[in-house]
Amino acid sequence: MNLHLLVIAPIVTAVFILFFKELRQVRMIALLGAGFQLIISVLLLSTFCNERAAGNTAPMLFYNSVEWFSPLGIAFTTGIDGISLSMILLSAFVVLAGVLVSWKMEKMSREFFFLLTLLSAGAYGFFISLDLFTLFFFLEIAVIPKFMLIGIWGSGRKEYSAMKLALMLMAGSAFVFLGLLGLYFSTNVGNGQHTFDFIAISRSAIPLDTQLLFFPLAFIGFGIFGALFPFHTWVPDGHSSAPTAASMFLAGISMKLGGYGCLRVATYLMPEAAHVYAPYIILLATIAIIYGAFATMMQTDLKYINAYSSVSHCGFVLLGIGMLNETAIAGAVMQMISHGLMTALFFAAIGMIYERTHTRMVAQLGGLLKVMPFISTIFIISGLCSLGLPGFSGFVAEMTVFMGSWQHTEMFYRIATILSCASIVVTAVYILRAAGKSIMGPLANEQHLSLGDATWNEKSAAVLLLSGIVVIGIAPFWLNELISPDVNGLMVNIGRTFIP
Amino acid sequence: MSEIPLEHLLMLSTALFFIGAYGFLTRRNMIAMLMSLELMLNSVNINFIVFNKYLFPDTIEGLGFTIFIIAIAAAEAAVAIAIIINLYRNTKNIDAENADHLKH
Amino acid sequence: MSLATTIQLIVLLPLGSFLLLGIFGRKYLSSLSGMIGTTSLLVSAILSIQTAYQYFFLNTAGSFEKIIAWKMTWLTFSEGVSIDMGILVDPISVMMLVVVTVVSLMVHVYSLGYMKGDERFATYYSFLSLFTFSMLGLVIAVNIFQIYMFWELVGVSSFLLIGYYFEKPSAVAASKKAFIVTRFADLGFLIGILILGFEAKTLDFVTLIERLTTSNSPYLVSATTASFLGASALTWGLLLVFMGGAGKSAMFPLHIWLPDAMEGPTPVSALIHAATMVVAGVFLVARLFPIFSISCPGALEVVMWTGVISALFAALIACTQTDIKRVLAYSTMSQIGYMMFALGVSGYGNEAGLGFTASMFHLFTHAFFKALLFLGAGAVIHYIHSNEMKDMGGLRKSMPITHITFLIACLAIAGIPPFAGFFSKEEILTAAHHANPMVYYIALLTAGITAFYMFRLYYNIFWSKEAKTAHHDDDHHGEGTWSMKIPLLILSVGAIAAGFIPFGSFVSSDGHPLHIPFEISAAILPVIIAVSGIALATLFYKTENDRPDKLSASFQGIYKTAYHKFYIDEIYLFITKKIVFNLIAQPSAWVDKNIIDGSMNGLASLVVWKSNLIKSIQSGKVQDYALYFFLAAFGITALTIYLVN
Repeated sequence: MNLHLLVIAPIVTAVFILFFKELRQVRMIALLGAGFQLIISVLLLSTFCNERAAGNTAPMLFYNSVEWFSPLGIAFTTGIDGISLSMILLSAFVVLAGVLVSWKMEKMSREFFFLLTLLSAGAYGFFISLDLFTLFFFLEIAVIPKFMLIGIWGSGRKEYSAMKLALMLMAGSAFVFLGLLGLYFSTNVGNGQHTFDFIAISRSAIPLDTQLLFFPLAFIGFGIFGALFPFHTWVPDGHSSAPTAASMFLAGISMKLGGYGCLRVATYLMPEAAHVYAPYIILLATIAIIYGAFATMMQTDLKYINAYSSVSHCGFVLLGIGMLNETAIAGAVMQMISHGLMTALFFAAIGMIYERTHTRMVAQLGGLLKVMPFISTIFIISGLCSLGLPGFSGFVAEMTVFMGSWQHTEMFYRIATILSCASIVVTAVYILRAAGKSIMGPLANEQHLSLGDATWNEKSAAVLLLSGIVVIGIAPFWLNELISPDVNGLMVNIGRTFIP
Repeated sequence: MSEIPLEHLLMLSTALFFIGAYGFLTRRNMIAMLMSLELMLNSVNINFIVFNKYLFPDTIEGLGFTIFIIAIAAAEAAVAIAIIINLYRNTKNIDAENADHLKH
Repeated sequence: MSLATTIQLIVLLPLGSFLLLGIFGRKYLSSLSGMIGTTSLLVSAILSIQTAYQYFFLNTAGSFEKIIAWKMTWLTFSEGVSIDMGILVDPISVMMLVVVTVVSLMVHVYSLGYMKGDERFATYYSFLSLFTFSMLGLVIAVNIFQIYMFWELVGVSSFLLIGYYFEKPSAVAASKKAFIVTRFADLGFLIGILILGFEAKTLDFVTLIERLTTSNSPYLVSATTASFLGASALTWGLLLVFMGGAGKSAMFPLHIWLPDAMEGPTPVSALIHAATMVVAGVFLVARLFPIFSISCPGALEVVMWTGVISALFAALIACTQTDIKRVLAYSTMSQIGYMMFALGVSGYGNEAGLGFTASMFHLFTHAFFKALLFLGAGAVIHYIHSNEMKDMGGLRKSMPITHITFLIACLAIAGIPPFAGFFSKEEILTAAHHANPMVYYIALLTAGITAFYMFRLYYNIFWSKEAKTAHHDDDHHGEGTWSMKIPLLILSVGAIAAGFIPFGSFVSSDGHPLHIPFEISAAILPVIIAVSGIALATLFYKTENDRPDKLSASFQGIYKTAYHKFYIDEIYLFITKKIVFNLIAQPSAWVDKNIIDGSMNGLASLVVWKSNLIKSIQSGKVQDYALYFFLAAFGITALTIYLVN
């Protein structure tokens, strides 16, 4: 199966969109494109599982390499394993749901759907790249359109937020690029030639001092995407100003680019340095988890609540990576998937509420369960998923991270784990406060009585995301089977014993 | 007729050049700046002629360049004055301090 | 049908009814939903009783083994450590299956009348089914993580049901409180699981218990030698797991959510907050009992004292409350305290395990008479439309069936022979008498107080002043429909007869039948105390008089403190509002907004300031540019000359 299709299809869709003007036509094309993408992803999943079942244990399946710029050793190399495949599936779910919730985007609809589709192309390209340069290339594609999506279709202080997000992510990219260059120049493929090839780099022994220098750059760079404390401040502003679909994309996919990069590029390619820096990563991740959770308690805007809770939840991803053992890393990957689906669902629900009531302030909402039962139920379900209720994906991911973290017996790791566990209580507090006031309780505004419940497109978006959450929550062994062989594979490198 | 020493003539052209430069940098009136510019050009002309006459008396390239410069100076003055007039029409003012549209 | 299939059906039927009613109930099945929920529960209950019959009476082995009827690996963490879903059949899980399904069935039937005409009837039944499913999943758990998962699920069903009247702010607040307090306790549970799982390298109950009770097994040795703050890892693990249990079972000081939880519909209180969910903590300790008892008696002592203190503490508060449901809530807490300390005083195996059997026995009998009390209270509330004692009185004539069944339940809880509570309480007291005299006397005192406040409640509702006529004017539904009366009658049969079951021959700490001789001499003192408690209540409350006021006036300090629930809520409020909110959350948000984000914005402003500085060079003025030109020309010339020389 040709992975290039994953990138080509959204680009073709995006170009097609440009030929039309009417909202009705544009959204139909975007929907078809996103639906097609989901179908490809699912086909890819079944082909992948068949290959694995047939005994193909290559680390990267569907490997393909096309020369791009040979003097610098750049090639368009693609391939996937279980981890990237699960990310691709996540992206396909979120993008399709994003198109569905933007069904009534009247303002400059052509440009909106064009940018949204382009973003998805960047995400798919990022996840299939096995060449550090193309990986970076797609990372950038996934940044710029966000600036416009927020700046043009956003709400509130949108220019400020768009600028902040773009600048911070660009700074992140700059760090990433430095890290990648460091890796590039430490390779040698004969006659002084270097390579960006991921697999070649993973097999080469990079000197420890090079790693020590470039690991922090790459990790912080991707960490900025993944809301690493203290570089997380773009998250609340960016998410809350963005239009619903863009928020879903940002939290659901974009932050995962960071987590995935931290794991795949920084930690996997520079494992010895990762061992050296692990305590710092864990420290920052723990701070993000507990402090993000407490900061969420004080928020009054639903989108800010979800954005801050994303900081807290993405901390689990970094915590799992920082623990550097198989269980914790598997948990981190699960948390990425779970958080992607869950937070997209949460933003979708908030967007639906905002579209109807024109406010996101908790104080101005109340008793919505009476008015819009479907949306309220979705809101409560995503809240419950966020606080780690069994039966939903969040529980599975968090518990895996905790089980992995607890395997370290040093006091520092234990305290970090206990504090992270404690965040689930704080999560319960802020989720229930928000839900208790806005969804339950007496009706806050009589005018809300005339508001309608979700339309078919919103319902299908919610059901789509919810099905992902519930399937992972009820049958986590499927996801586990998909990713754990490849996490094992990563551990061959990451688990290399390090002699200081 | 005793020859004027080369140094004297070079001093004259240097003095003329710096007077022009000073005028160009300090005068606010654009016409005055243009005049200062002419002074600098003329000091260059003197240099050309003097070096031609004293160092290479058998050639006339220096004179040729001088004539060329005079022609260019005339063209330049025409263009500059056209700009100044247009500026004046727009702003009723030919003060160089106010003409900072280049910044924007 | 095999055992596995039967129990799978028992558990999955409520799940099916939850999904059916949750997804389609509101729109399509509104009128049918009660029947759907009740029917599925009826089948479950019949199957449970059949399972119990098979397990207990068709058993030829002479002892009751733990059988893993079915098991699947749900999520593997690492080699040997995984979450398994499965069915563990042993005496306590079978007993709990019967208790949960029967009480749940009663509540389902009762709700047909009680909730009739409610707008969200289908939602109500779907939540009830969800709760029943989660509770059943909890009791059959094979894996400590499985129990944790269903533990959380019962927590959330309890949240949903307490907040069922979501438009009432007090109901919303109560549901949040219940969820958050138990969640806090569950944090301890989770960390306890992490510790136990790490030490034993397994999460399966059977293996876990085996590894941590076999003396000199490497797991037990490492668990007892690793220590933190003076206690071994095992002690910490068990205590933290117990913290989870204490939260769910409303043990002091994590009990504060239970009285507020009475905001939910009364049948829900009967099911969740009296008979089933709140005993989950007792069940958890019982499940891990061999570890507690054999390897870590210290932790068991903590269980004992927590139980005793809660029993007495709640009984004292119950004497002062005026909301009838709150009285019952505190009495629940007090009775669960009994079960807890019964476990605490128990040893493992044979005669020493009397406390274990007594605790489970009390759990069993308590489920019947407490559910009966709540359903009776529900009928009263349904009739009066108020929870307050002052609105009641003299109802014995207008509600005869409720009156009789309520009286039976009061006698049972007070421990008057031959009602069910007498037997179980007597066993508990005997066990305590053998183990710890201090505990025994506190328990005896509590038994007296229990009899007093239960009859205070009974007289206040059914005797005391004459019924107000106002209520008879709008007496359109009388005592309630038959669907409400039948559960009362069935449960009162349980409250009378459950005590005669020779419980020790079925449920014991090690699975071997335990013959418990009935000693009449040991029963005399508790009965005398209970009767005097009742007599005192009769004196004070049977007819309207001013003795109660005089009494409360003379003990004003104690009365007020007990009335305000010993100010525990205020302490919690202080901690959450003043400390967590003002000292942690607010500073975090402030730091984030001003310092972290401020430094990012500061960085941006720094760049802007610098670039403004540089920008001013580009003034747009020809003369400035010319000056730079000249200066640069000179500079370069000078540099060239310098370099050439």
